[in-house]
Amino acid sequence: MSSEIALQAVDLVKHFPTGSKGILGRPDKNVRAVDGVSFTLRKGKTLGIVGESGCGKSTLARVVTRLIEPTSGNVLLDGVDITKTSGKDLRRLRRQMQMIFQDPVSSLNPRHSVGQIIEMPLRVQGLLDEADSIKRVKELMQLVGLNPEHFNRYPHEFSGGQRQRIGIARSLALNPTVIIADEPVSALDVSVQAQILNLLERLQSDLGLSMIFIAHDLSVVRHIADDVAVMYLGKIVEIGPAQDVYSRPAHPYTKALLSAVPIHDPSERGGTGRIRLVGDVPSPIDPPSGCRFRTRCWKATDLCGAIEPPLQADASGRIVACHFPEETPVTIGKSPE
Amino acid sequence: MTSTIDSVRDDGTGVPVTASIVGKSPRELAWNRFRKDKFALFAVGVIAFYIFVALFAPIICSALGISPTRLDGQALNDYGLPDGPFGNISTSHLLGVEPGTGRDILARLLYGARVSLMVGFIATFLTTTIGVVLGVVAGYKRGKIDAVIGRMTDLTLAFPSFLLIIALTRPFTQRLESIGVPEGNPARLTYIVLVLSLFGWVYVARVVRGQTLSLREREFVEAARSCGAGNSHIIFKELLPNLWAPVIVIVSLSLPGYVSTEATLSFLGLGMIAPAASWGVMLGDSVKYYRADPTYLFIPGIALIVLVLAFNIVGDAVRDALDPKGDRQNLL
Repeated sequence: MSSEIALQAVDLVKHFPTGSKGILGRPDKNVRAVDGVSFTLRKGKTLGIVGESGCGKSTLARVVTRLIEPTSGNVLLDGVDITKTSGKDLRRLRRQMQMIFQDPVSSLNPRHSVGQIIEMPLRVQGLLDEADSIKRVKELMQLVGLNPEHFNRYPHEFSGGQRQRIGIARSLALNPTVIIADEPVSALDVSVQAQILNLLERLQSDLGLSMIFIAHDLSVVRHIADDVAVMYLGKIVEIGPAQDVYSRPAHPYTKALLSAVPIHDPSERGGTGRIRLVGDVPSPIDPPSGCRFRTRCWKATDLCGAIEPPLQADASGRIVACHFPEETPVTIGKSPE
Repeated sequence: MTSTIDSVRDDGTGVPVTASIVGKSPRELAWNRFRKDKFALFAVGVIAFYIFVALFAPIICSALGISPTRLDGQALNDYGLPDGPFGNISTSHLLGVEPGTGRDILARLLYGARVSLMVGFIATFLTTTIGVVLGVVAGYKRGKIDAVIGRMTDLTLAFPSFLLIIALTRPFTQRLESIGVPEGNPARLTYIVLVLSLFGWVYVARVVRGQTLSLREREFVEAARSCGAGNSHIIFKELLPNLWAPVIVIVSLSLPGYVSTEATLSFLGLGMIAPAASWGVMLGDSVKYYRADPTYLFIPGIALIVLVLAFNIVGDAVRDALDPKGDRQNLL
């Protein structure tokens, strides 16, 4: 495996059994939260994964870290298939991949002091050396921009942005190479979002981290991601370098998402204006046949309902899952002519 | 960027000294809130007083020259009733004597406190231990274990516990005596404590299971798991510290229940029996003499009421201290 690749997901699937049938209530349906997702994370780069709520992003994050067991598929971390490891080896592998969580309130144990929270990974991994732990905690706190003297304080004494910094410090305790950030700024005020994003960028360049950044806010992802994958209903519909995806989106869904990004002067919105998608997101229990987006797509044809478009490079080299990818280049906020 | 104020003061040498406000743990905050409730502090004092006199009952009795079993026929009149007002309160019998036997009421009250508190504390300890263990296991493991414990819970709740307690008194105490528990009142006491625990763990288990279920979904538990934490770390380091608050509330409110239950059982003749001193026994006995000597009813009655009330006040105050917004979510 190339040394340029930090993490690779191969055909990840996660189905949750649901529904009940018969007296014993056996589940007979599946929520297909993640339905065949593959991507590559390059070393030292950031892969942004965007999609609306319910598309399976958070489930994907948990499957990649094996917080949830995948129904099928593989995850290769620096060449090692973590879906096949277990026990002590899995534990050791976990040091390389850590997660940042979304909710600053519930991601920190309210009964633990900040110091205890940040040193928890060291304690769990048995790397805790009492004398050094306080030093390490203070180091980490300083790294994320917190006052190191506050390690004895409790989470309720900190603001949302500071709590998120605590969570980031915790994720760095084991010196991981890969960070999976599950909507790390969604719960924060806009001004604080910028601070945390800048912090993450700085940490990435200082520590050489590879990062998967999951979000639903496209402008946030544009700022921080090198590559972008767009998810819809458990599948990736488009993936590529951020610049390309944002300026020349291939998938109609990507185009609709981009046109929905607010711009400060709506009169500048040219072309056909905002694309409004008709209808609701279909249920992941029973996705549409063929292309899942066809129920809301303005150019769906019978072919789209019959055959599911594979995620592959189109004529122009963009990797997209669509039978009729978009042609015209577009800038954020403006729709094509 | 910090959320507290660092005040700068001058310690007299002309050099400014920064004193920052020390953070308080959730436990310290709750304790401070509790301390502000003067009523509750007084109730704690009352409970402490009861515990003290119960512990030192033998010493107090010998110091005052009274005994819970010595019959004092001289304090009684020809009808067997106390020879003075208020059950013949006098310098030798500070709270009077029992009709019929002439035993000192104060002494019997002190020894009765021992019984009540012992049953209360031991039953509470057993039910809490069993309830927490089963509740955490059921809430954490889910699946079959949760189903089994759930059925056990339902079954226990469905039993008419009181009838069972009454029905099983004789056979159970005989069985206990046959395996070596001292005959008579110790066996009966053991039986009461065991049977109360048998039915009482359910309430603790249900609450603990509910809290565990919601706690295990929190992101800080996921964070621990993503670092490779095993079940024992998660249960003992992450979950249990968040469980003690609801458990303390349950403990402080179930204690008075067990004290009352023991008194009730003894009153009905199912718990302790004479000549043992138990408030329930005294109350049961006092019914006969109510017309002639109402004091004999009131004294143990008031003692019991005051203790139960004190426990309830403390229990409410503990709950308020741990949950000031009155919103159940904040117990966690």
